Amino acid sequence: MNYPAELKYSKSHEWVKMQGDVAVIGISDFAQDALGDVVFINLPGVGDSVDMGAAFGDVESVKAVSDLVSPVSGEIIEVNEALADAPEMLNSDPYGSWIIKVSGITSTEDLLDAAAYEAFCAEEA
Amino acid sequence: MKLIFEKSVPGRKSTILGKCDVEQVSLPESMKRSAAPALPEVSETDLSRHYTELCHNVHGVNCGFYPLGSCTMKYNPRIDEEIAALPGFTGVHPLAPPETTLGCREVLDKASEYLCEITGMDGMTFQPAAGAHGEFTGVLLIKKYHDSRGESRRNKIIVPDSAHGTNPATAAMCGYQVVNIPSAPNGCVDLEALKAVLGEDTAGLMLTNPNTVGIFDENILEITRLVHEAGGLCYYDGANLNAIMGAVRPGDMGFDCIHMNLHKTFATPHGGGGPGAGAVGCKEHLKKFLPASALMDGAGELQVRSFAGNFLVVVKALTYIMTLGREGIPEASANAVLNANYLMRKIQGTFEPAFDRICMHEFVLDLSEFKKRTGVSALDVAKSLIDYGMHPPTMYFPLIVHEALMLEPTETESRETLDWAADIFRKLYDLAETDPEYMHSAPHSAAIARPDEVRAARNPILRYTAE
Amino acid sequence: MGSYVPSTREERKEMLRAIGLEDYRDLYRDVPTEMYLDRQLSLPSGMSELEVSEAMGEIAGKNRVFSTVLRGAGAYDHYIPSIVKYIPAKEEFLTAYTPYQAEMSQGVLQSIFEFQTMICALTGMDVSNASVYDGATAAAEAAAMCRERKRRVTLVSAAAHPDTISTMRTYCYGTNDELRIVPARDGKTDMDALKEMLTEDVASFYVQQPNFYGQFEDAEAIGQLVHQSGAMYIMGCNPIALAIIKTPAECGADIAVGEGQPLGMPLSYGGPYLGYMATTSKHMRKLPGRIVGETVDANGDRAFVLSLQAREQHIRREKASSNICSNQALCALTAGVYMASMGPDGMAEAARQSMAKAHYLAEGLTALPGVSLKYKGEFFHEFVTELPKADEVLSALADADILGGLPVEGGILWCATEKVSKARLDKAIAIVKEVLSK
Repeated sequence: MNYPAELKYSKSHEWVKMQGDVAVIGISDFAQDALGDVVFINLPGVGDSVDMGAAFGDVESVKAVSDLVSPVSGEIIEVNEALADAPEMLNSDPYGSWIIKVSGITSTEDLLDAAAYEAFCAEEA
Repeated sequence: MKLIFEKSVPGRKSTILGKCDVEQVSLPESMKRSAAPALPEVSETDLSRHYTELCHNVHGVNCGFYPLGSCTMKYNPRIDEEIAALPGFTGVHPLAPPETTLGCREVLDKASEYLCEITGMDGMTFQPAAGAHGEFTGVLLIKKYHDSRGESRRNKIIVPDSAHGTNPATAAMCGYQVVNIPSAPNGCVDLEALKAVLGEDTAGLMLTNPNTVGIFDENILEITRLVHEAGGLCYYDGANLNAIMGAVRPGDMGFDCIHMNLHKTFATPHGGGGPGAGAVGCKEHLKKFLPASALMDGAGELQVRSFAGNFLVVVKALTYIMTLGREGIPEASANAVLNANYLMRKIQGTFEPAFDRICMHEFVLDLSEFKKRTGVSALDVAKSLIDYGMHPPTMYFPLIVHEALMLEPTETESRETLDWAADIFRKLYDLAETDPEYMHSAPHSAAIARPDEVRAARNPILRYTAE
Repeated sequence: MGSYVPSTREERKEMLRAIGLEDYRDLYRDVPTEMYLDRQLSLPSGMSELEVSEAMGEIAGKNRVFSTVLRGAGAYDHYIPSIVKYIPAKEEFLTAYTPYQAEMSQGVLQSIFEFQTMICALTGMDVSNASVYDGATAAAEAAAMCRERKRRVTLVSAAAHPDTISTMRTYCYGTNDELRIVPARDGKTDMDALKEMLTEDVASFYVQQPNFYGQFEDAEAIGQLVHQSGAMYIMGCNPIALAIIKTPAECGADIAVGEGQPLGMPLSYGGPYLGYMATTSKHMRKLPGRIVGETVDANGDRAFVLSLQAREQHIRREKASSNICSNQALCALTAGVYMASMGPDGMAEAARQSMAKAHYLAEGLTALPGVSLKYKGEFFHEFVTELPKADEVLSALADADILGGLPVEGGILWCATEKVSKARLDKAIAIVKEVLSK
């Protein structure tokens, strides 16, 4: 399992990378592994607002579905539409496959660093 | 095998209808469809052979052992089919004048009377078409009850975490918030966990007893008392009714309403997924909310589908109940429980039961240790059974047991069949040690090998399109 | 008494002993004594097969089956080809469970895939599910598909089937949503009222085609109105009529549903019937119920499986939009055999003949003094007449073994199908004439 040190993580298994005041959000290696083969992703639209701790979409595998939970509040400025046609990228390259970019961030939950997240995942598994 | 569309030849047909003997009326051009529907064009011979070939690729209860846990795959008597096919039942229009449908009324009244006696209820509806539909109806009765008393603030339904997925989905369809409570390790209700969530916002509790691991919850009277004290009502999921007929009644356990699956407990066939019938029974205080048909009965409080429900399924269930009668109904349940315990003990020593105690009509095997040791999963074992002509048990349910296989042999299997099944489980237990690879790729003799479900979900092909 | 328990008394004793028990009461040792039933159930004594056959035959004999049926109103007496009765009676189809184990259920799965394809052909839609309970629940489930956060209200035409409206109302009551009824004018949806009622909070509008009174709705124009308001458009169509009339897809429907009973299912006092549901690719993942998909097996050969299961209750639990976890598989098989047996020509012929006979009957009746058509629009195989002495007319018809039309508000709702010959229609008309001339 891979936990890149430059990213921050939520306990609902999203990763966050800050690029200036824009948050780039995806799901972790642990999350994609637990889901299994991702077959579908429900994406939000550009311009939608997201609330910290609330779902902004979901991902489906054959046997499971999981909410995508936003670690920040703000407005979606970009959506990775390529995932709609190739959701399997979330399996093959979870950290390369960002899902949304959020700006105008008004709040952010307490995120874990890579080491703390790795320990958290070890507990969950 | 080929699809019926791939056997289609333009211009080929059966002659079903004659020439029209009155003057044709033409549809205005603006209302016509632009092209004829692309339905198959086949002869009756083509048709007959096509479906016969299809039916050879289906395993029914008539083909062999079908120990699918929580589904009660008992034998479906042929006489029930024959009775339901009588023109005196099939030819009756649901809106024919009541004086011409006395027989249908009698079927519904008799079935209602008998099922009320078996379950300890006071009233019954046959409008719900399936178990999940019955659940929906039952929880709506609870909602109507609270609304009628000005207690709409009660907005929570309590569901144990061992429950079937339909329970929480049903509660949500009825506008309720679902409160999941953890089960005790044996799948029974954790009384402390229940007490902690009961309150002024409790609308009700949904429960099945025996529970989803096949154990009778001995605290049931305490459970229903606690819910009633908090002002909630108790809903009985009748999925496991086949265990207890004639021994104990949901009404006497303190439940206010109940759904039954006539297609499980009362031997009507499952038909490859339906039609079933999810009859709903209730106590006196809920009777006035039972659904009606706007056209047949005039407006009622609730209506969950058209007309009187899956009437012919009720005919089959009634025929079954009348055949068994007061002696045969308890005999069916007692032998369902006996067969389950017998098979569990026969298999024990190889695959181990999740709970080593008397079970009711079904039991759960826990293969987690076995999988750790051999690498062979519950899925592999299930798929390997197919090669022996046995339908696999229910897999990976309930969720509280890992690597679960749930077996429900039913009362209509003979001792030889149970012995045979136990032998096969033992063979597979040994095979996992010697040739796990063979089991990973099972089945080897079915119509298809394991299908690629990921591909089906990623690139959905949901209908045939001509190349 | 009857029993389907194969084991003998001796075998049962041995089996009890084998598990270390003395008697049957021991099996129920977890059941507390205070609720263990200490009496026999108050049911009649069991019967042999011969006895039960006679008893049930007697009950069936208390029903009256009319040789001529001129009543529809949601249950239609079409001719059912002989083969349609035989195929679904094959025991493998009859006694199998839901096809969870694809390797052992290819026959059921393929038959559903073929059914889905036929429903798409009939409706013009992209995707069909494996069927739901009946036409009324299909409409209610379709309305649930359309609701979103800001649009919660469902509109339904007053000219839809009363049981459909009532079922939709109950489903809305469940989720605490509102159902509003768009009034009818001259037996059809009132377009002006509809336009006014299509407010921003409306999620969908449901119209029945042809409607409860047999009238053809102006389905295309309605679709345009609905879409202009941003709501979704649900059409409930008679599947026989669909063989010839404009498809829901051509009328712009987002979801097509309907009662599948006319596709080879007998009247059966109201069930089992079948609800079909189809939609566009766009809304595919909102479709409730079972859906069968094509894939390949480990050897690369074509295979069918239950697909898109992440929509369903066993995975989504309280987040699922529906709790449905079955379909009317055997009825879908019946409908599939019916459509394949009739073929495109046969289906169209059944539709045209039904329509022709209903018009012949309407002309014959309205030629009688005092009888007139209540609604003037184009109709399919049902129509409403204003008619004096309705009770006497229906009872005289019944005496001649004819089930006359259904009394509804403002008149009698008649129906004719291809099954009723001209001679029988003439006889019915003559009887009405006789009653009215008295």
